[in-house]
Amino acid sequence: MSLRGAVAIVGAAESTDLGRIPDKSALELHADAALNALADCGLTPADVDGVASAGEMPVDVADYLGIVPEYLDGTNVGGSSFMLHVRHAMAAIASGLCETVLVTHGESGRSRVGMVPWMPAPQSLMGQLEVPYGPVGAPSLFPIGVRQYMARYGMTREQLALVPVIQREWAALNPRAKLRDPITVEDVFASPVIADPVHLLHCCLVTDGGGALVLTSAERAKDLHPSPVYVLGAGESSESSVVSGLESLTSSRAIRMGGERAFAQSGIRHDDVDHLMIYDAFAHVPIYGLEDLGFVGRGEAPAFIEDRNTAPGGRLPLNTNGGGLSYTHTGMYGMFAIQESVRQVRGIAPAQVHGVDVSVATGVGGMFMSSGTLVLGSAATV
Amino acid sequence: MKPVAQPTPDTREWFALIDEGRLTVPRCLECRAFFLYPRSFCPRCGHRDVELVDAAGTGTLLSFVINHRGPEGFEPPYALAIVELAEGPHLMGALRAPDLEAVAVNTPVRVAFEQRGERRVVCFDVEEAA
Ligand SMILES: [Zn+2]
Repeated sequence: MSLRGAVAIVGAAESTDLGRIPDKSALELHADAALNALADCGLTPADVDGVASAGEMPVDVADYLGIVPEYLDGTNVGGSSFMLHVRHAMAAIASGLCETVLVTHGESGRSRVGMVPWMPAPQSLMGQLEVPYGPVGAPSLFPIGVRQYMARYGMTREQLALVPVIQREWAALNPRAKLRDPITVEDVFASPVIADPVHLLHCCLVTDGGGALVLTSAERAKDLHPSPVYVLGAGESSESSVVSGLESLTSSRAIRMGGERAFAQSGIRHDDVDHLMIYDAFAHVPIYGLEDLGFVGRGEAPAFIEDRNTAPGGRLPLNTNGGGLSYTHTGMYGMFAIQESVRQVRGIAPAQVHGVDVSVATGVGGMFMSSGTLVLGSAATV
Repeated sequence: MKPVAQPTPDTREWFALIDEGRLTVPRCLECRAFFLYPRSFCPRCGHRDVELVDAAGTGTLLSFVINHRGPEGFEPPYALAIVELAEGPHLMGALRAPDLEAVAVNTPVRVAFEQRGERRVVCFDVEEAA
């Protein structure tokens, strides 16, 4: 049985506000986004029989919204969790476990309202093998391979700095993006050094916000939304939760494997992809992602970006909402990558790319610990 | 006080040997593969008989960052690194060099230890050019 196109996203919305939302708890942000997504397809919580969430437990989300679920997915592998939720919902709906799955995200990343403090337990793998060396959180651990990448492939610091510079160009086209003023390579170098080679402007934002998706069968989708977004393919994988355990410091096995599976299921070739989202917690992640997803060869991504292929007007528009670097980043950004893919396929994005029929969204969790990739398509692709 | 590892039963012996100034690398008695992080079975073949073998104490610096901010107790700038040990597996450690800015990746490093109270923490010293 091929699941290609069997399931569609009919409701997609973000929380009413993004940025600094001190008057809403993390759970409330899940619910706010959920109600917005349900309204998008004319449904109410009573129509939902499946709930998937990360950060907050699906039990809490369902109860908070008054949903009586018959399907729960609490997969929590960090920022890519929502790509996995969509993949699992695809199987659940296609096999008849449930009919309508609500996927929710909400995080009070900046205001920390109703959030459990994030600190690796002293006896966790990170607590034993990384914390003693004094990492400054993710900025020390996530980009630690960048120097090896530079030495192996000749990427320059200027090329790395071009990632946030070009994403800011996209953000300037999006009124909802948090950071919209143009920046230059010199601005990136002039921003504070966090963990050399990482400057502040190589790092994502820290914001409050949420997002939600409503998925149902392709047959039912047409009655719920004028432009359902079909899930053509999905894939997922994971790797070590400590950086020293990763197979490579210049490539992500999890992105590679999830991406291969998603492309294979979708039957889509790279040339067919009109729009791409790659989780940009840090500037190097889109570089790794472009290579691990197979859009360019090993070591070719920096020049590909420098040649403006991913910039406005380029042939592979990337992170068109402004990305985690300029749009918003609550802590688990994957939901926002999917939201922008859905908007682009529907043709309603603020920085709309002309004629998007196929969009790919790739998430990562932890420091390349997990990854999920979705290939989404318009009705024309099914 | 800088943090130290709080070992679990499967890592206790490995960390205890570090406290004695001995870096070891676990090896599978079945497939003979070296691996890290330490655990009580082989991640390659699932065999439960593993031994701790003394490391050569040498390796190659794969990559590092120089922290310009740090948690309490850490004096910036200081570096943390990923090293490929002579035995093959990768390990994170503190990177020590007279001039961190001048350090290049892929250079040889030697294992050392930093005393923290009762415990020791793995460090890597950049090998002096001959
Ligand atoms: Zn073995």
